[in-house]
Amino acid sequence: MIVRISGEGQFDLAEAHVDELNRLDDDLTKAVDAGDEGQFKSALEALLASVRTAGEELPADWIGPSDLVLPSPEATIHEVREVLGDEGLIPG
Amino acid sequence: MGLMRRFSNIFKAKASKTLDKYEDPRETLDYSYERTLEMLQKMRRAVADVATSRKRIELQAQQLQRSAAKLEGQAKQAVSQNREDLAREALTRRQAIATQLTDLQAQHDQLKAEEARMVEGSQRLQAKVDSFRIRKETMKANYTAAEAQTRVNEAISGIGEEMGDVGLAMQRAEDKVAQMQARSGALDELMASGALDDASTSSDRLQAELDRGFAEPAVEAELSRLKGELTGGGTTAKQLDAGQPAEAPAPAQAPAEEERR
Repeated sequence: MIVRISGEGQFDLAEAHVDELNRLDDDLTKAVDAGDEGQFKSALEALLASVRTAGEELPADWIGPSDLVLPSPEATIHEVREVLGDEGLIPG
Repeated sequence: MGLMRRFSNIFKAKASKTLDKYEDPRETLDYSYERTLEMLQKMRRAVADVATSRKRIELQAQQLQRSAAKLEGQAKQAVSQNREDLAREALTRRQAIATQLTDLQAQHDQLKAEEARMVEGSQRLQAKVDSFRIRKETMKANYTAAEAQTRVNEAISGIGEEMGDVGLAMQRAEDKVAQMQARSGALDELMASGALDDASTSSDRLQAELDRGFAEPAVEAELSRLKGELTGGGTTAKQLDAGQPAEAPAPAQAPAEEERR
């Protein structure tokens, strides 16, 4: 599974790791729903750290699509909401 | 759906829209390559913008540091003259500058980090551009309609994703630069108004008072020396009186005036 961390690069992860990512993603989703910037930062950092340690960074000249794209470590709730755009926080 | 999946889906949907698709995949490859080159140019300009903004902050900080040092000197001068009021004023102003400097330092660090990320980003993009150029030529050379579609699509969505990512990074950098420029402008105005600055404007008064503090005792000393010479029958007075009848002491000015005539 290929995972992109925005502004950082792409990582190759074992499929089995997706459960761990889903668990961390729950925390992140809760933080965005609550609009809690501090909680968001730590949840995002935990998610990205998990990708970095479990995955292997792909070389910069590798070209291919990702299965997952994650916000950059500097992202804010505002920025994430902007990307989500019209879909808002509760998808239809 | 979790945030991670929603973010991924929307990001990828947006990224794929950034590239036009042509009927012949080979054309799409060429078009995509052109777009990555444009993106690389934009990215380099964005890096330069961030650097310019950072340098401006550095200049402002230097200016503030000079002001702070000058005020520190003025405070010392005031203390040595027992002018606690002036020392207090100088130190208060220096404190305001110190606060601004701390803010500026934080902003500077942020910009520096942003700049480093942008440089890394443009290096990654450069690597992708180079590898994409080779890859698209290979794909075009060995083109067979049947297999091309998937491979081309993969390369194109990969490159589209990279462009979307770079686009986000540039957006973030532009926002930061705009914020920073607004702040720098406000600080320039503050400095020009003399609220922070020292010698050039408002603290002229401070310096003038300090100078007076030094000058006044010296002037007093000069004055008493002159008085002593003229009224106490100093040597100069005697010389000037030479040739005049030794009468009652004339007004000090009179002999000197006669002498000049």
